Amino acid sequence: MLDFPSWKIWAVALTISVGTILALPNLLTEQQAAGLPAGVPSQHLNLGLDLRGGSHILLEADRADIARSRLETLEDIVRTELRQADGGVIPHLDLSVREGSISFTVRNPADVDRAIESMRGLSRPIGQLSAQRDIDVNLMDGNRVVIRPTTAGLNAEVDAAMTQAVEVIRRRIDELGTREPSIVRQGETRIVVQVPGLQDPEALKALLGKTAKLEFKLVDTTADPAMAAQGRAPPGSQVLPHVDGGVIVVKRRVLVSGDQLIDSQPSFQDGLPVVSFRFDSVGGRRFAKATQENVGLPFAIILDGQVISAPRINEPILGGSGIISGNFTTESANELAILLRSGKLPVALTVIEERTVGPDLGADSIRAGAIASIAAIVLVAAFMVVTYGRFGLYSVIALFLNGIIIVGVMSGLGATLTLPGIAGFVLTIGAAVDANVLINERIREELRKGRNVISSIETGYKEASRTIFDANVTNTIAAVIMFWFGSGPIKGFAIVLIIGIVTSVFTAVTVTRLMVALWLRRKRPQALTL
Amino acid sequence: MRLLKLIPDNTNFKFLKWRNIALWGSIAMIVASIALVAIRGLNFGVDFAGGLMIEVRFDQPAQLDDLRRTVSAAGAGEGSLQTFGDPNTVSIRMPLPEGDDAAVQKIVQTVQDTIRAEHADAQFRRVETVSGKVSAELIRDGALAIFFAMIGISIYIWFRFEWQFGVGALFALIHDVALTLGFFALTQLEFNLNIVAAILTIVGYSLNDTVVVYDRIRENLRKYRKMGIEEVLDLSVNETLSRTIVTSVAMVLALGTLVLFGGSVLFGFSIAMLLGIFIGTYSSIFIGAPILMWMGVGPHSFLPADASGPDARTKAQNEAQGQV
Repeated sequence: MLDFPSWKIWAVALTISVGTILALPNLLTEQQAAGLPAGVPSQHLNLGLDLRGGSHILLEADRADIARSRLETLEDIVRTELRQADGGVIPHLDLSVREGSISFTVRNPADVDRAIESMRGLSRPIGQLSAQRDIDVNLMDGNRVVIRPTTAGLNAEVDAAMTQAVEVIRRRIDELGTREPSIVRQGETRIVVQVPGLQDPEALKALLGKTAKLEFKLVDTTADPAMAAQGRAPPGSQVLPHVDGGVIVVKRRVLVSGDQLIDSQPSFQDGLPVVSFRFDSVGGRRFAKATQENVGLPFAIILDGQVISAPRINEPILGGSGIISGNFTTESANELAILLRSGKLPVALTVIEERTVGPDLGADSIRAGAIASIAAIVLVAAFMVVTYGRFGLYSVIALFLNGIIIVGVMSGLGATLTLPGIAGFVLTIGAAVDANVLINERIREELRKGRNVISSIETGYKEASRTIFDANVTNTIAAVIMFWFGSGPIKGFAIVLIIGIVTSVFTAVTVTRLMVALWLRRKRPQALTL
Repeated sequence: MRLLKLIPDNTNFKFLKWRNIALWGSIAMIVASIALVAIRGLNFGVDFAGGLMIEVRFDQPAQLDDLRRTVSAAGAGEGSLQTFGDPNTVSIRMPLPEGDDAAVQKIVQTVQDTIRAEHADAQFRRVETVSGKVSAELIRDGALAIFFAMIGISIYIWFRFEWQFGVGALFALIHDVALTLGFFALTQLEFNLNIVAAILTIVGYSLNDTVVVYDRIRENLRKYRKMGIEEVLDLSVNETLSRTIVTSVAMVLALGTLVLFGGSVLFGFSIAMLLGIFIGTYSSIFIGAPILMWMGVGPHSFLPADASGPDARTKAQNEAQGQV
């Protein structure tokens, strides 16, 4: 017991110092911590959204939706290819989209091989090493060509769409000017958005819920309004709802799309809020051409399948920029400008989970958690000292060190403290106390059996350590499983528990043992009150 | 200084004498708990039921009936309202509406707007919406977590001790989890993700207790080869009794402060844990230990470990004393 080699003493001291140094930045304000020289730990303990207030939003994309839009794009490509294939137009019949594949019948049997060849030419390899391709082309009944997107191709498409969606969302949220948003892809089709300290979560959700697909299409002035009201449109046209109510018939062909927008700002025209936009050079040329060809005709500005407004083209718009007027408020004009600036989402996202905590509830929770933690520590500390005297005092010192090291490790790792995490913290105190209770009770027992002081302490630590080990392994198993399966609050709780179990075994066993050993060396007591 | 001793030295309670009563009592409690859960059901929070929860605070004590009418007037269906923590704060829960995921979002907006229109002082402290898909996943993950924790821990005990100990631990855990669920069915306290964390912690804590007792049983089985199993079990429980009580008191002190000062959000969690301390302590003494007897644990259970048994231990102790 007495032979605590000096390297061990140093190792213990070093561990405690590192923990303390990592914990120290928490005493500084954020500005002070930011001013620390490089290399000095300056990380604060991350507070979870439930403590600092903020929004947690889980978005999900519909895989079937991605598959559908992929098929639509493919249909366009196939049509174009049939017109422009090597060796001239391929005459075909009955081009249709059915059950996730596109098929057409080649009219002239001599063209079948050429049709298959040109369709296969449309396929692209997936990744760089894989031999898989994004579409399969097969022949049925001798003259019907079937083009089916492969699962691997869809997977790659989903992956690309989600990566891009994360980028678009990041741009949109950055526009809100919030600090430290976290936007993380989760699983195949989900994105977790966490924004701390948000005053208006509704604005955030409005930004996330919109695809922001902007299109300019010509209004079909020949359509019969009565038929349009029933939802029927002439061939090549479609009926779309107008945001101000009613419907409007537009040509299916997209005149210009919003993909080529490079900027968009809210502004005012005749005292009314409007949204200005600017195209890149390609988009600008296309927009100029389209407006030139259709002077005098109304064209519809369509956002996510809804017509915002349908002004008449008074003159060609050559500068590549224009203005969208509509029934805007200042807020909605600003929102649309942000959406257009950030680009459209490659896929529609739905909010499937939202948790928003107001900043004052967060502050209340911190206060409650802090009061509970301090009260728990004080009560337990008093109880330990009353029960075990000097040895109780040692365990209380160990408890304090434990608390500091947990904060230090969590700050250092960048782990997040949540409200359930505070509960985990309080429980860790319980676990640390239990280790000391086990040791001290065992020492008492050995003393009763008539062993001398040093031998009792030695046996007490040795016998109790095994139990402490087993007990904490079981707790760790529970904590790791919680971390694994747990979502949100459970995870936050498990993190503190896992860190706390390790640090509490260290402080409750190793650190108290060191303190006891130093005391024994100094005093060499013949009797022990325990 | 005279130190506090909650339990006198060398107690000799005959715990095992009560084993049959305890067993039947425990089985009855488990059955009753399962029946309660089956009949009354658990009061699932939004995490598990899906739907929405809005916590709103007013400047004065809330008039629940008025507010209920306001919420109904929003046209999004009936809400279940209750004060939350203090009389000024109300939690409004509404079930998952028919329709798509976006429907929930619309209702949240409508309800908030309606309340804002009638009460200028309303502050929305917390808004949670969970779609049916997510809540189903949360239920599945929660159940899996509890299941795997129980299995994982039992397997560990089996490896560290003997299979009988693993079975005993597992049965004690089933008892603890069942009774906790029964408590939530009985009180209709909200059952949410925090409670799953609490149950997992109870599982860990109860095991902690069981391991301490088992560890001593193993030690005593090796030490007193001639002693009857009932005496060994009683002796082990008595020897660890002081530790059991002291630790439980410390835990009750810590959790008691959480219940009293931890705030409304943590209340359910803390109360579940507090209950778990009692259930867990009971189950290690009255379920974990007697089960070993029924399954025929005796000194022979540790025969393979004989070579490193009592003799080696004495030797190690002598060495230890020699160093002094």
